[in-house]
Amino acid sequence: MVAASGADARKTIHPLFIRVTHWVNAFAIFVMVLSGWRIYNASPPFGFEFPAGFTLGGWLAGALAWHFAAMWLLALNGFAYLAYGLVSGHFRRSFLPISLRGALHDVLVACRGQLDHAPGRYNAAQRLLYIGVILAVIIAILSGLAIWKPVQLQALTALMGGYETARRVHFFAMAAIVAFLIVHIGLAVSVKGMLAPMFTGRAEAPR
Amino acid sequence: MKPPRLVSLRGVRPQIARIERRLFLKQGLSLGALSLLSGCTLKDDDAVDRLLFAMSRFNDRVQAALFDPAQLAPTYSEADVTTPFPFNAYYEEKDIPRIDGEDYRLRLSGLVADKRPWSLSELRALPQSSQITRLVCVEGWSAIGKWRGVALRHFLERIGADLTARYVGFKCADKYYSSIDMPSALHPQTLLALDFTDAKYGYPLRLRLPTKLGFKNSKFIGEIFVTNDYPGGYWEDKGYNWFSGS
Ligand code: HEM
Repeated sequence: MVAASGADARKTIHPLFIRVTHWVNAFAIFVMVLSGWRIYNASPPFGFEFPAGFTLGGWLAGALAWHFAAMWLLALNGFAYLAYGLVSGHFRRSFLPISLRGALHDVLVACRGQLDHAPGRYNAAQRLLYIGVILAVIIAILSGLAIWKPVQLQALTALMGGYETARRVHFFAMAAIVAFLIVHIGLAVSVKGMLAPMFTGRAEAPR
Repeated sequence: MKPPRLVSLRGVRPQIARIERRLFLKQGLSLGALSLLSGCTLKDDDAVDRLLFAMSRFNDRVQAALFDPAQLAPTYSEADVTTPFPFNAYYEEKDIPRIDGEDYRLRLSGLVADKRPWSLSELRALPQSSQITRLVCVEGWSAIGKWRGVALRHFLERIGADLTARYVGFKCADKYYSSIDMPSALHPQTLLALDFTDAKYGYPLRLRLPTKLGFKNSKFIGEIFVTNDYPGGYWEDKGYNWFSGS
């Protein structure tokens, strides 16, 4: 997609639809994770609690109110993103082909301080991570539904291993998303020229 | 000055109820506002709180639509029962109300034809059924328990309750109160439980419905009423979602 021509030709490397859904999703995920930590603290299944200062909602009822409000934003926005990605060919163009070996190579290269990143093209490690986090969000939503409605949606709850197992699946989906975010945000703010195009859509065309 | 004209309150009563309810919510709201956003630097917390409450009401409607009156909660075997069953209330275990079963009378009010109070032996004379189901707490934990008693549906029919009314409310001896929607009240697994592991779980009468979270299962029930006016509840008025279906 060439947006302009001329001496300072700049390419649209992130379509507007992707940029909008990405930032709406980022907001929804932050609300879900931080309120989720407060909900977790009400009855922690593992032997620790999240520091209250890093949670959202103030108390259990507040956290639940945030969680059950933001879940609609997360699900509707995520659905729009997936539909657009599949129908427009964005996923095929940007995420395929995937290659485990390529991803490993990218990571090793990155460890030596040479990041394989060109504007408008995701490297193999990015592709794998993006597909992975999309799956993690889908699992978070499904396990969330399973523990929200263990009677009405009992087939789903059974699929998730029953109520108590589904609760843990939900927790580990969150943990996977947070692990992704540490790497993702770390790279986004440290790699030169990566963050701005996710807002403007444009980057200098590679020379 | 002309004497004030006598007007019928009939027409404005729903409005008054609405205003009262709004004031009431407002109180719950500002209570919530303080706590909902503590640790958050948002200045206009009132707008955020209003949005969260509006979403909670929206979720009430979604859950009512999702509720399938024929969908039964999974049941378990005696061997699955959690022992000891967790005790949970807004007060400590030592403060549970002690009720004399001999003197006990269940009071009835609201849209009910026969408001005669019921003794325990009269309740026991009604057909009894039992269930072993999972109780899911709003805090996230769950436990499997066994309860036995009268199907609430049977009882409501028996007392001539208006089954087209919207709410069934409960007032409890521990000053707890709560309410449920009529479709959930008529669900086959919704019990007025008389028998359970220990008196501390709500002697002599408690509600047990596996289709809602634990806090919707009122204990130490003293009065049941049927109404079309939203009755709220102890936790619900503090900001917990009212429908809280499972
Ligand atoms: C403050 C938080 C975030 C920042 C700063 C950020 C930054 C970015 C940037 C700069 C890109 C483009 C990368 C490139 O051009 O190579 C991107 C893409 C992406 N991010 Fe984020 N992100 C954030 C939060 C999230 C969250 C919460 C998720 C998911 C849970 C997420 C998932 C993705 C995905 C899937 C893509 C690829 C989008 C596509 O092309 O379809 N991001 N992000």
